Amino acid sequence: MVTRGFTGRRPPRPEAERLPPGQYLTEDFPVLQLGPTPKIDLARWRFTLREGSRPLKSWTWAEFEALPRTRWKGDIHCVTKWSKFDTAWEGVTIDDLLAAAGIAAPTPYLLAEGYDDYTTNVPVADLTGDKAMVATRYAGEPITPDHGGPARLLVPHLYFWKSAKWVKGLRFTQTDEAGFWELRGYHMVGDPWREQRFTGD
Amino acid sequence: MDATRPLTWQDATITAAVPETPRVRRLTLAVGWDRPFRAGQHVDVRLTAPDGYQAQRSYSIASSPARPGTIDLLIERLDDGEVSGFFADVAEPGDAIELRGPIGGAFVWDPGMGGPLLLVGGGSGVVPLLAMLRHRAEAAPDVPALLLYSARSADEVIVRDELIRRDAWEPGFRLMLALTRAPGGRRVDAGRIAEALAALGSPAHTFVCGGNPFVSAVSDLLVEAGVPARTIRTERFGG
Repeated sequence: MVTRGFTGRRPPRPEAERLPPGQYLTEDFPVLQLGPTPKIDLARWRFTLREGSRPLKSWTWAEFEALPRTRWKGDIHCVTKWSKFDTAWEGVTIDDLLAAAGIAAPTPYLLAEGYDDYTTNVPVADLTGDKAMVATRYAGEPITPDHGGPARLLVPHLYFWKSAKWVKGLRFTQTDEAGFWELRGYHMVGDPWREQRFTGD
Repeated sequence: MDATRPLTWQDATITAAVPETPRVRRLTLAVGWDRPFRAGQHVDVRLTAPDGYQAQRSYSIASSPARPGTIDLLIERLDDGEVSGFFADVAEPGDAIELRGPIGGAFVWDPGMGGPLLLVGGGSGVVPLLAMLRHRAEAAPDVPALLLYSARSADEVIVRDELIRRDAWEPGFRLMLALTRAPGGRRVDAGRIAEALAALGSPAHTFVCGGNPFVSAVSDLLVEAGVPARTIRTERFGG
């Protein structure tokens, strides 16, 4: 339906081609979170892989910082409609995490869990193959608390609610269990190029 | 929000468009939703140009869920706002726009959640808090509530007359304005938070909405003042 009187402001073509449907470009880095920024003490920080409630492997901050590191630069897309181009991250890929733990993914699904009790589901296939990392640096600096530091999940090919802030671990699940937003009507997959914002999209 | 049913786009007709402040316009829209909405939720709107180009934005609902069939949006004109400029200058009653909702299930208050209820808004961040206040007055007037509202000046206070009237007439409701650019004005600082907490008592639920620096500062102050972090919900705009 054409909206009477709306002409819009089209982005230039190279920019438009990088924007998934319904998104617009921002130069800022907006902050979205459910509540206050949690205070996280690096001396007590742990990152844990679990299968259900059973821990498979856990790292302290110093141990985590010693894992192989990978850099990634590219575009990120938030379901609230902003996209940001050429963001630069550094962290440990999920492939390297599994290798360091000496395991293969025990199930095809998992929930990423945050120190703020946030959860979001991501299939393992969307994390392995160099598609995702646990990031600890942004633009060459430690990730600030507002942006999920000290460590956040980075799954840049999905809407950014999947990239859980203040991540404390990955919990493998037998089935694809909905996380916080997925229980509230947001899409189970969240591919911005297919505009999977909400259930049924 | 019902997680199992798709959220479909619908044509919604604008039934009224009224200036609320020099920068904010109230648009009333007729909606035919298949589910009730909750105070604090938002909608997505989608505008389409003649060549098919589309722009989408999210806006919070200002009206109470007790008024089914219509919603009020309070849309602030942003500098160079592609969509807010359309709503400020072009949209008129009788026009239809595409809309879907209600959306969001975290920044919501239902009467059954009770109180005390602390609402802290900065600028147009007050909008989803208005839906909560209005719903409370109708459905749960015994729930103590306090709105701490930061605006630049008195003429930028959205629905000022209504808020002052509620403050005067609703025994359980208290309004605290923080006018940052008025003579003798002050920001929401630790002292203001302490005053609000003293007036209200310990809040069972706190909702903070506004621009990013405002929400970060206020939520940190609340935690430092002893409000449990898990009882505080935040929503930010400026993205």
